[in-house]
Amino acid sequence: MHEEHHEVLPQHLHHFATEEQQRETGTFGMWLFLLTEIMFFGGLFFSYLLFRNWYYDAFVAASNQLSIPLGATNTAVLITSGFCMAVGVWAAEVRKQSLLVIMLILTTFFGLVFIGIKYVEYHEKWEKHHIPGAHFDVSEFVHPGDYGLKEKPLAPDMAEKTQVFFFLYFAMTGMHALHMIIGIGLLVWLILRAHRGAFSSGYVAPIENFGLYWHFVDIVWLFLFPLLYLINRHPLK
Amino acid sequence: MSEHHEYHDPANVINPEHAEHHIVTPLQYTYVFGTLLLFTGITVLAANIDLGVFNPIIALGIASFKAVVVILFFMHVKYQSRLIKLTVGAGFFTFLALVTMTLLDYISRAWGLW
Amino acid sequence: MSESNTILKLPDQRTAAMPKRHYINNEDGLLSWLLTGDHKRIAMLYLISITIFFFIGGAFAGLIRLELLTPQPDLVSSDTYNKLFTMHGIIMVFLFLVPSVPATIGNFLIPIMVGAKDLAFPKINLLSWYLYVVAGCMMLAALVLGGVDTGWTFTTPLSTHYLNTHVITAALAVFVAGFSSIFTGLNFIVTIHRMRAPGMTWFRLPLFVWSHYAASILMVLGTPVLAITLVLVALERIFGIGVFDPTKGGDPLLFQHLFWFYSHPAVYIMILPGMGVISEVISTFSRKRVFGYTAVAFSSVAIALFGFFVWAHHMFIMGVSNYSALVFSLLTMLVAVPSAIKIFNWSFTLQKGSITFETPMLYAFGFMGLFTIGGLTGVFLGALGMDIQLSETYFIVAHFHFVMVGGMLMAFLAGIHFWWPKMTGRMYPESLSKLAAVTTFIGFNLTFLPQFIVGYLGMPRRYHAYPPEYQVLNVLSTAGATVLGVGYMLPVLYLAWSLKYGAIAGNNPWQATGLEWQIQSPPITSNFIETPIVDYEAYDYEWLARKTEQEVTTVG
Repeated sequence: MHEEHHEVLPQHLHHFATEEQQRETGTFGMWLFLLTEIMFFGGLFFSYLLFRNWYYDAFVAASNQLSIPLGATNTAVLITSGFCMAVGVWAAEVRKQSLLVIMLILTTFFGLVFIGIKYVEYHEKWEKHHIPGAHFDVSEFVHPGDYGLKEKPLAPDMAEKTQVFFFLYFAMTGMHALHMIIGIGLLVWLILRAHRGAFSSGYVAPIENFGLYWHFVDIVWLFLFPLLYLINRHPLK
Repeated sequence: MSEHHEYHDPANVINPEHAEHHIVTPLQYTYVFGTLLLFTGITVLAANIDLGVFNPIIALGIASFKAVVVILFFMHVKYQSRLIKLTVGAGFFTFLALVTMTLLDYISRAWGLW
Repeated sequence: MSESNTILKLPDQRTAAMPKRHYINNEDGLLSWLLTGDHKRIAMLYLISITIFFFIGGAFAGLIRLELLTPQPDLVSSDTYNKLFTMHGIIMVFLFLVPSVPATIGNFLIPIMVGAKDLAFPKINLLSWYLYVVAGCMMLAALVLGGVDTGWTFTTPLSTHYLNTHVITAALAVFVAGFSSIFTGLNFIVTIHRMRAPGMTWFRLPLFVWSHYAASILMVLGTPVLAITLVLVALERIFGIGVFDPTKGGDPLLFQHLFWFYSHPAVYIMILPGMGVISEVISTFSRKRVFGYTAVAFSSVAIALFGFFVWAHHMFIMGVSNYSALVFSLLTMLVAVPSAIKIFNWSFTLQKGSITFETPMLYAFGFMGLFTIGGLTGVFLGALGMDIQLSETYFIVAHFHFVMVGGMLMAFLAGIHFWWPKMTGRMYPESLSKLAAVTTFIGFNLTFLPQFIVGYLGMPRRYHAYPPEYQVLNVLSTAGATVLGVGYMLPVLYLAWSLKYGAIAGNNPWQATGLEWQIQSPPITSNFIETPIVDYEAYDYEWLARKTEQEVTTVG
C-alpha cells in the first residue's frame, strides 16, 4: 500500500485505518452534502424556469429593475473570494500558516462585501415597494413612463406577475445569502483555529472541505446572476 | 491500533485508486480567476445584444462553463479519484432529471401558458 | 444439512454468560448515551424514539378506524378527522417508516457488516438523531397547538392559502426530519464506499448493505427537494404570493411535481432497507445462499435509479398532460420489475433449502406474500385507466398499507427479532413472538383486504362519512385494526421482558453467516478485537460449517 503520510496526525480518528482514508472520506462526505445542496437549489431553479416562460414579459420588466453594476460587481467579488479561498487551501497544503490566515481573512472580507452590496440592493427594493406581500406596488410596471423608465408598459394582470419574479428573486438570493452567512461564520472559526496553528502541520481537511462548500455557494451565484439580472437587456426596439 | 501499516489488503478496498494528492498551484488558480472574470464580462456584454432565442442559451452556456472551471480547478475535481468525479456527475444528472421530466409535463400540455 | 427440524444447534446454554464488557456497559451515565459517537448506542436511541412515535401514529390510526365504524360522521368533526389522518400519515411516514430500518438496524449493523469500527462520521450520526428528536418535538408541538389538516401530502393551494392550521410548524418539522435522514444516508454511502475491511469487496457484502446503499442514494438526492418544497410552502403562506395558487397565476402542480419527486423515492427509501432484512432472514432460515446474489444486488440499485423517474404516477388525475402521463405510466410498469426480481430470487432461495419457521422467518413469509399483493396492486394503479377509477379511493389506501405495513413493518419486525440477540445478547421468547407474528398477519389482512374491496366499490379516502352499504367492510376493517394493535403491543412487552429474563444468546444463535455473527453479543464498542480479513463469499454456509467444527461448544 502506498501511503503518503506515514505519520499519525494528532487529529487522526480511531475508526480510520490511515490518514489517507480519513481525508478521502471527509472529501467524499462533503461532496455528498454538496449534492444535497444541488438538489435543494434545484427546486428553486425549476420554479424559476417555469414562471420565466409563463410570464416572460413580467420577468423582463422586473429583472430590468435590478442593477447590473451591483450584480456584476458582486459576481466579481465572489469570484475573488473564491480565488482567495483556493490560494488559502494551497497555503495549508504547503504549510504556510500566515498566508493561510491572510487568505482566509480576505475570503471573509470579500464575503462580507458581497453581503453588504446585497443589503444595498434589498434596501432599494424595500423603498420601491417591490418586496412581495401586502405592500407590493405594481405601478412602476403598469406606467413605466411616469417613473422615467424606457420599459414597455405591462397590462395589470401581467404586472401582478412581477411579484412572482421578486418572490423567486428574494427566495433564491436570500437562500444563497443565508448560505454565505453560514459560510462566513465558519470562516471566522477557521481563522481562529488557523491562527493557532491547527492547519499548519499537514491536517488540511477542514480547510479543503470548507473550500468545497464556499466554491459551491459561488457556483450557485454564477447561475443566479445571468438568470436574474440578464434576462433581456437589449435596448428597446 | 497501530496495524495500519501492516494491512494485508489484497482486494485493496480501502483506496482502490490511490488518487495522488496533487496540489494545484496558485498560478493555475490565477489563470482560472482571470478566466472567470473575463467570462463574467462576456456574459454581461452578450445580454445587451439581441440574439433572440440564443440569449438564454449563451447565458446558461457561459454560466455552465464557469461552473465547470470552478469545479475542476478550484474544487480540485480534475485531480480527484473517479469516485468523486462520478459523484459530481450524479448530482448534476439528478438535477437534470428533475428539470427534464417535469418540463415534459409542462411542454406537452394542450392547455396553459407555455 | 441438519437432521433435526430446527437449525438451532444451540451451543450448550448451561454455561452461557453475558460478555463482561460490551457497548452497553462500557460507559455509564446518561451523558455517555446522549453524547455518544458509538453507532450502536445511537441505533438504540433511535429504536426508543421511533417506537414512541410509532405508537402515537398508531393511536391516530385507532381513532380513524373508530370513526369509520359508522357511516355517519359522529365521532369527530370533519376538521378533526382531517387532522387525524394527516397526523397519522406524517408521523408514520416521516417519523417512523423512513428512519425505521436504516436508523436502527442499519446504524447498528452497517459498520459491523463491512468490517469497520464505526460509521465514517460518528458525530454526524449523533446529530442525525438529535435532528430526529427535534423534528419529533416540533411535530408534537404542531399537534398540541391544534394539529394540521392538509393530509400528509400538504397539497396546495389548500395548504398555502385556505387553511389556518399549523401548517408551517408541521412543514418545518418534516424539513428537520428530512435532514436527519440525509445525514444518515450520507454516512452510509461514505462508510460502504471507503471503510470496508480488507478483502471485503462489493460482491462479498451482505445484500442488507446493498439495499441500504441504494436507499441512501435516494435519501441524499431526493430529500433536499422535499426540503425546498416545504420552504416554498412556508414562504407562500407567509407572503401570500401565489406560486402555487392558480388564482394568482401559479400552478398547484408545480408543488406536486416537486413534492412527489421526493415522496415517490421516499417509498423506496422505506422499503429497500426492509428488503435487505428479508434477504438476510430468508437466507439464514433456509440455510442457503441467496439465489442470484448479483441480480438482487443490482435490483436494489435499479429500484433506486428507476424510482427517480416515476413520480408523476401520483398525479395522473391532477392535470398533467396526457403524454407525460403515458411516459410515467410506462416507467411505473418498468420499476415493478426489479422488485419482482427480488421476490423471484427469494423464492428460489427457499427452493431446496432447509427451511425452519422461527419468528423472523414468519415475518419474512408475511412480507413476501403481502408485499407481492401490495406491489401488484401498484401495477394496477400504474395503468392510466385503472388509476382514474381508483385514485383517491380506499384502493390506494389499501395498496400502500399492504406495501408499507404488510411489507415494510413486517420486515422491520423481522429484523428486530433476527438481530435482537446480537443487539442485546438475549433471546426473545419464541412461542410468544410466533403468536404475535401470526396475530399481526391475521389482523393485517382483516384490516386492509376489505379496504381493497370498499375502494374498488368507490369509497373515497380521507372522508369520515360514507354510504351505509360500505359499513360491513368498514367494521371488518376496524375489527382487524384492533387485532393488529394487539399484535404490535406484544413485541414491545416481551422484548422489554427479554432484556432481563431472556435466554443468553451467544455469538451466533441462528448459525448465520456474516461478520456480525462472528463477534460477541452484544458487541464491544469497537466491534472487532482485530480488523477482520475477508476471504470468503457472502452467505457461505460451507465456510461457516468448517469454522464451527473447530469451535468450542460452550457459550460465553
